[in-house]
Amino acid sequence: MFELDTIAAPATPLSPAGIGIIRISGPEAVINTDKIFCGKVTLAEAKTHTIHYGKIMDGDEIVDEVLVSVMRGPHSYTGEDVTEINCHGGVLVMKKVLSLVYSLGIRPAEPGEFTKRAFLNGRLDLSQAASVMEVIEADSEAALKNSMKHLKGSFSHEIKGIRDMILHETAYIEAALDDPEHYELGTYGDKLKEKLQPVISRLQNLSLSYREGSLIHNGIRTAIVGRPNVGKSSLLNFLSRQERAIVSNIPGTTRDTLEESVRLGDLTLHLIDTAGIRRTDDTIEKIGVDRALASIDEADLILFLLDSSRSLSEDDIKLYHQVQDKQVVLLCNKSDLEFHRDIEEFCRSVNCPVVYFSTKTGEGKDELMDVITNLFFHGALAGAEDFYVSSERDKLELESASHSLELVCGSVDAGMTEDFFSIDLMDAYTSLGRILGEAVDEDLVNRIFADFCMGK
Amino acid sequence: MSVLDETYQVIVVGAGHAGCEAALASARMGLKTIMFTVSMDSVAFMPCNPHIGGSSKGHLVREIDALGGEMAKNIDKTFLQSKMLNVSKGPAVHSLRCQADKLQYSLEMRKVLQHTDNLTLRQAEVSELLIEDHKIFGVKTVSGATYHGDAVVLCTGTYLKARCLYGDVIEYNGPNGLKAANHLSQSLLDNGVELFRFKTGTPARIDGNTIDYSKMTEQFGDANIVPFSFTTDPKSIQKPQVSCYLTYTNEKTHQIIMDHLDESPIYAGVIEGTGPRYCPSLEDKVVKFSDKKRHQLFVEPEGLSTNEMYISGASSSMPEAVQHAFYHTIPGLEHAQIVRNAYAIEYDCINSEQLTHALGFKEIRGLYSGGQFNGSSGYEEAACQGLIAGINAALYVKGEEPLVLNRADGYIGVLIDDLVTKELTEPYRMMTSRSEYRLLLRQDNADLRLTPYGYRVGLIDEERYAFVQKKQKMIDDEIARVKKVFVSGNDHTQDLLRAFDSIGVNSGASLEELIRRPELSYDKLAPLDPNRPNLEEGIREQVDIQIKYEGYIARQKKQVEHFQKIENKRIPASIDYDDVPSLRIEARQKLKKIRPENMGQASRILGVSPADLSVLLVYLDSGKYLHKEEKFES
Repeated sequence: MFELDTIAAPATPLSPAGIGIIRISGPEAVINTDKIFCGKVTLAEAKTHTIHYGKIMDGDEIVDEVLVSVMRGPHSYTGEDVTEINCHGGVLVMKKVLSLVYSLGIRPAEPGEFTKRAFLNGRLDLSQAASVMEVIEADSEAALKNSMKHLKGSFSHEIKGIRDMILHETAYIEAALDDPEHYELGTYGDKLKEKLQPVISRLQNLSLSYREGSLIHNGIRTAIVGRPNVGKSSLLNFLSRQERAIVSNIPGTTRDTLEESVRLGDLTLHLIDTAGIRRTDDTIEKIGVDRALASIDEADLILFLLDSSRSLSEDDIKLYHQVQDKQVVLLCNKSDLEFHRDIEEFCRSVNCPVVYFSTKTGEGKDELMDVITNLFFHGALAGAEDFYVSSERDKLELESASHSLELVCGSVDAGMTEDFFSIDLMDAYTSLGRILGEAVDEDLVNRIFADFCMGK
Repeated sequence: MSVLDETYQVIVVGAGHAGCEAALASARMGLKTIMFTVSMDSVAFMPCNPHIGGSSKGHLVREIDALGGEMAKNIDKTFLQSKMLNVSKGPAVHSLRCQADKLQYSLEMRKVLQHTDNLTLRQAEVSELLIEDHKIFGVKTVSGATYHGDAVVLCTGTYLKARCLYGDVIEYNGPNGLKAANHLSQSLLDNGVELFRFKTGTPARIDGNTIDYSKMTEQFGDANIVPFSFTTDPKSIQKPQVSCYLTYTNEKTHQIIMDHLDESPIYAGVIEGTGPRYCPSLEDKVVKFSDKKRHQLFVEPEGLSTNEMYISGASSSMPEAVQHAFYHTIPGLEHAQIVRNAYAIEYDCINSEQLTHALGFKEIRGLYSGGQFNGSSGYEEAACQGLIAGINAALYVKGEEPLVLNRADGYIGVLIDDLVTKELTEPYRMMTSRSEYRLLLRQDNADLRLTPYGYRVGLIDEERYAFVQKKQKMIDDEIARVKKVFVSGNDHTQDLLRAFDSIGVNSGASLEELIRRPELSYDKLAPLDPNRPNLEEGIREQVDIQIKYEGYIARQKKQVEHFQKIENKRIPASIDYDDVPSLRIEARQKLKKIRPENMGQASRILGVSPADLSVLLVYLDSGKYLHKEEKFES
């Protein structure tokens, strides 16, 4: 609550646009940006309101070529020290840079948080401030009428239940410490662990459900895999031709995979074209292949392409083995030519779904959509309101709560006495409270600013 | 008629555990101090249980000691038995308890008071506060004498309009037949002070010669006695100890109580005051835990100069005859002679929400208070408040910043914050569970935590302060050294580990890792650490705890960091809550009444929701407020 830590978030939408900006604000913005930025100057020494060319580094690896602006408080948008990393657009690159930024201990900004800081630091004028106060006024009156408003929904209800349970257990431990005559602890630790384990898995599942929401909102990272000349470009064309395609080909110097986003019904696929995966002795080409394989690692979905008119090669099989642990859909390009028997047999032998498609007739498109929906959303694409966990912040709180409860179980296993349990129980309680806005927190203010100025 | 008129700097009313600490602190800080008592023979009197310390209260005594108070030193001089409680649990809940020789405790404290410079003792009942323009300038006694003073500390304990009850008997006196103070309440009301009426109780004292101890379990003291005061040499206090005894009530006892429940003034509705849930009478326990077939009773010695025994756990306000009947059902007490019967006591105290964290009245400058007068219960709770109130009265007269401890500083901080923030509905007793950060606020490190505060106000001398600083450095150095020690997996190591039922380490292990094993400790591993410096026990203990529980300590420190951030968000004293739009009515009333000093305190007020806090926060941070006030400090 109220802490003036350093925060970061994309200042432009995470979309395949030509350029993407990541904004970092707070006392450690500049010093932390320096940790991943490699340019001619150190940003810490740079003058305010200047822009610098350089590279974002993940250890020795170049992530992107960027321009970084440095704006020092109080003359910045938020009134604090601000850096803005202008990267090449594309969801993957921006996410990579973002995760690097978060790994420095910078917290993801909440919706409206930059604006809120701007306001709190006096960067917004009085009339704007007054209008914000009116929003708050309206809001807390509404809250009076319906105090359960922010507790609505089954997610909140469930979290509240878990939280109550944690409080109850903590209270029992505390009562037993103060009144050992009337409250027995005995084998309490083991009992507590038994109670906590299902809660931990539930919290973990809930935090995983964030993935579903994220896949809907941000798209599914999809790698098209297949040996050369198997028809990848025709698949690409097939997918892009059928629907409005948002194409942004950025043949950036730091990457050689092509990114495209296509809509497939309600799904968004971020296609990663992994050209040229095959065995090779050519050193340079090998680097390309390695990169392609790495991008497969990051993909949520593999579209494995086969040309049904040709016989199955050793490369095909080998490649399939490399990706079979991921979510794979086997795509057979149904040409006018005859079906090869090899292919038919192979399709029967694999565990993953198989879709036959024709780039000419558009056949197979609906089936592909259904298959993907099945794979990622358990059959049905839920409406946005059904997503349990829709914010990164809630997901982090869930993870932190389940981590704290795991620590409690660890304490039980290590034979620690009960008085140690409450430290981590209370941490879990607080994390869950932040989700509900019941922990003493800035939540209400945050929500108001989220409404007031979303995405800034 | 000619009347006495004297002038002092600080006036302390009451000479119980709070009053003594307040008067000593003020006088030791160099202020001309006078302390009033209704009976010079009852200084630092223990009208209830004959022990000091115990779960969480032991922490308070250690903290009093670290700040430069007297309680720990006095009990070290006068204890009959000493025991470290909860040693089977983690270090956070270890707590020291000492059986006291009540008379000796009182006499030793009187000696200390009488040998303190700047301190005058006087037997007189204070009847009136002299206040003008929200500022105190002295007190008047029943004799009409006027005492001028810049600050007054009220530590009247359970004496204000006290009455003692058992059965249908009501005696209008203070504890143990001592005179009640009947005038001051009116003066407080006249000056706008809000009063509550609380009650507490005490069990019977029984002639030890009539007790059959063979039917009870003897409870011994610890073989190695740990002093309460950090400055007492452990060697100087090793001595033969006196035992306590454990016995139990039974269904017969409970039946007698149930049969006569309507004769208890509490259940008959005669008592108006609210009693403590956490220190219930035997009647309360029998009613509340009706499924329990027995309750523990500890039989504790009152002192070496009396054969009276205190029956801990059996306080009661039943009629005399019922008391005799039920005590006689208890194994070992069949033929017991009751010397003093049990009774309940009712008294006036204040609504402590009227106080600041410095224990001064918000509306009356120069007036401070401590102890049961503030709504607490217990000697230790009283003493620590008296100490803080006395220190702050002295600092106020000197024109210096008050001493305020917060919830992360110590149990004293927790206690005071609870008192001034949360409306009390019963006498407040310290409990381990009230402290959020107890792994950091251990009784073993109270000196490291609080000596600097005692030094700042002048109650800790240069030498002692330097000693504690050196101790801290030695602990830090040793932890740093241990972290670099690697133990190889040779036979010597394996043998030692085996001796403690610990799994062997073939390829060796870091010493730190081994200390963390529950079955091992810093001391046990000494043979594997040949370069270890020779350190005293207090230091070795800190090294062991800080390494053993490092992960937990680190997580608790994080919690404290978060707490401090909120705590540091100060709310200007000049804020007008009527100007803050959209606060809910209940929150507005509470905030206006308590006037929290920071956002942290505001967040702990019952009836102030997170939404109210947000409204308040935005208001304070917004430009609107800037026009009226200096910028909100963060």
